[in-house]
Amino acid sequence: MALDPKAAAALALHRFGCGPRPGSVAAIAADPRGALLAELDRPGAGRVADPGLLASGAATRAAFKFQQAQNAARRAERAAQKAPNADGNMTAGTEMKPAEPPATPPQPGARPDPGPPLPQQIYLDEAKARLHAALGADIGFAERLAWFWSNHFCVSADKFGVRSIAGAYEREAIRAHLLGRFGDMLLAVETHPAMLIYLDNARSIGPDSVAGVRQKRGLNENLAREILELHTLGVRTVYTQDDVTRFANVITGWTIIPPRQDPERGGEFIFNERMHQPGAQTVIGRSYPDTGFEQGRAVLATLARHPATARHLASKLARHFVADEPPPALVERLAKRFLDTQGDLKEMAKALVTAPEAWDAPRSKLKRPGEWIVGALRATGVTPPDIGPVMQAHNLLGEPLWRPPAPKGFADDSAAWLDGLAQRIDLANQFARRQGAEADPREVFEDVLAPLASTETRQTIARAESRPQALVLLLMAPEFQRR
Amino acid sequence: MTNLHAPTRRELLLASGTLFAWAYLPKVARAEGRDPRLLVIVLRGALDGLAAVAPVGDPEWARLRGDKALTLDGKTPALPLDSFFALNPAMPNLHRLYKSGAATIVHAAATPYRERSHFDGQDVLESGLAKPGATDTGWLNRALASLQSGGRAGVGGRGAFGIGPIAPLVVRGPAPVLSWTPRRLPPAGEDTTMRLLDLYRHADPALARGLEERLGLAAIARAGGMDGETPRAAGALQVRAYFAESAGSAAKFLARPDGPRIGALAFDGWDTHADEGAMNGRLANLLGALDGAVAAIETEMKEAWRETVVAVITEFGRTARINGTDGTDHGTATVALLAGGALKGGRVVADWPGLKPNALHEGRDLKPTTDLRAVLKGLLKDHLRVDDAALAGKVFPDSGAAKPMAGLLAQA
Repeated sequence: MALDPKAAAALALHRFGCGPRPGSVAAIAADPRGALLAELDRPGAGRVADPGLLASGAATRAAFKFQQAQNAARRAERAAQKAPNADGNMTAGTEMKPAEPPATPPQPGARPDPGPPLPQQIYLDEAKARLHAALGADIGFAERLAWFWSNHFCVSADKFGVRSIAGAYEREAIRAHLLGRFGDMLLAVETHPAMLIYLDNARSIGPDSVAGVRQKRGLNENLAREILELHTLGVRTVYTQDDVTRFANVITGWTIIPPRQDPERGGEFIFNERMHQPGAQTVIGRSYPDTGFEQGRAVLATLARHPATARHLASKLARHFVADEPPPALVERLAKRFLDTQGDLKEMAKALVTAPEAWDAPRSKLKRPGEWIVGALRATGVTPPDIGPVMQAHNLLGEPLWRPPAPKGFADDSAAWLDGLAQRIDLANQFARRQGAEADPREVFEDVLAPLASTETRQTIARAESRPQALVLLLMAPEFQRR
Repeated sequence: MTNLHAPTRRELLLASGTLFAWAYLPKVARAEGRDPRLLVIVLRGALDGLAAVAPVGDPEWARLRGDKALTLDGKTPALPLDSFFALNPAMPNLHRLYKSGAATIVHAAATPYRERSHFDGQDVLESGLAKPGATDTGWLNRALASLQSGGRAGVGGRGAFGIGPIAPLVVRGPAPVLSWTPRRLPPAGEDTTMRLLDLYRHADPALARGLEERLGLAAIARAGGMDGETPRAAGALQVRAYFAESAGSAAKFLARPDGPRIGALAFDGWDTHADEGAMNGRLANLLGALDGAVAAIETEMKEAWRETVVAVITEFGRTARINGTDGTDHGTATVALLAGGALKGGRVVADWPGLKPNALHEGRDLKPTTDLRAVLKGLLKDHLRVDDAALAGKVFPDSGAAKPMAGLLAQA
């Protein structure tokens, strides 16, 4: 490592962590690499601790009940005569934002704000817990790993039924196995209601199964294909279209209990034998006898050990943390570690931060919007009391939380995010004049950027015409944008 | 303490035209049958006071600034104020108000701060303390805290104001403050963007290219629908519209019978190191926008304008001479611009130090001869009835030598 200790510490925080907080560079300067490794060894690393959050089954049931109540209310309203509406106490021409609490009590006749619908409220609560986990982490390496795997195995809250469980999915399927075995994470992901809904497997029916014969409905290949293409082996590797179809047959019956049918366990995973395609299936040259649910579990176990999977994951991990075109030696190292340890993700993460290539690479990666937003909050010590503006910021910058545009997840190359640079200026400006207005940009600079900053950056910030402007320049400096 | 709400795209682009206002009504002045309004506008970045109000009667003036000196007979003639001073021609409204006795210029004024850092200078300007470093409370807030409340300011419809988030320093402190943010697209941060672009060009060409492309598109979008306007001119129009709207909206609230009475706004962008453009460039645009803001306040205050004072202040001035890039660097003394129907105006208040080389502060800046705190104390005392003890103690500590300037108000 050619870097001086403070620069190495700052690099560790920006590249592998959620960005420095005041004092965190100094705190790990003695041994940045050791600090990263130590964070992985902490009990509960990468978990989100919030006892108030609902498990996915409970969230789905609550959302279902909420929806039923809404429907009933709407029917009742349609039946009743519409009362005249007494809203409209705003002054024309100006937009006024509600205070909290309101400066004056709501006027009679004005409807109380019911707040967001329950699924959205759950989604926001999950988002807030996730943000707080990132803001509270000393370094945030485990957190960054969680973000990486969550994006690798993404679901979308925009799919009907997923919004209320997108956060629970990340906690239950991703974070629970973050530093465990890839095979366990894979199984947890592919049997999770969020994934089964998102990629349509909940509705996939074996054509020759009991349900298939009776309902004349059939197979949906979506999940099987994405498991092979995105989650494990990688596109254009060792599988064919026939493998996709046969694998889709294997995982028929992997579905969820309809909340309408079962108020106790609705929304939870079930292997439904009646939807399962009977018979043995051959997937990538290997035959799997029909052992019901175990048939699919066996295919996943094979996929999780496959060298193509190791290469695919290693190259994605290196691309995410180190460079758009990662050093081949690093990819090789990570893939080997993965195979040598039977897919131990903690060992793979350790291999990443102990590889010299992971430190020597120039800071060329543009931080993803979420990384940059969290980095700005950490740098300035701001904990937003309301998650709304943080979500809006993600939306504006093109990375809405748990709402990727496609199963491939959000892009992980710098070019894809360069477009949003002008929006980042706007956001930084807004932030610097509001939430961040109490931060002293000179102190923030010394705390989070100085060890990595060029003379030009230092001077540009020092010569700013105001504190807010200095903070904007700091948050927009190349050394804060890249890692 | 939050008014963090889900902001819209437009809101996110806001600069600092947010109004922060005291949540109460001043009691003592109201007991006298008056209902005074005070709006403080902070210009961040250091206004070139000599380019705003030129000492055209000083023989050194033209020598100092050469063809950048505003004169009464130039291509864009300055607007005469008295036999010695003339106003930048970008400010016809302020000139009109001055002529009608509703504007006062204080020249060669400065806070006690004598270094040249924006941050520290703004701290001193807004904190009211003699030295930088303390950023907990501002002089305006401490003045409010010393006033007796005459009841809470109602603001019409529910939720017109949010409970103040993080206000500018001048209004920060124990007295409760409301905030209101206009929703229009501001010209935000052209200067900030240019500084960034400059940094990127030196340090990260890929980011520079990325930003240039986006700005090119944005400029085209901005210019859309404005035939014949170059993007730059469109930007200037936006600055004008933005200043006018935020100031006008602020005035609407202050004018309401039950609205707040004392508030503050800040406008950025005055740090004119290069291509200052006092006659027809950047500074002229900014001064024009400020002039429009004053006019908007006058209009929206309606009857209340008679009881209004608007105080425009900045952290320090700029060098007396033009620098090597047709701009000015950080200096010392500058102007304070006062407007409003409550003033005994039509005067330039200045103990003119002169512009001869040995008259300049450290050989480069207009020398301060008036303590800005004396001006502000005078306004607080005669307009709002903040008492002398509070002014000398809590509001402007260590300002004993700067006695409240008398005679600024029409009705003292």
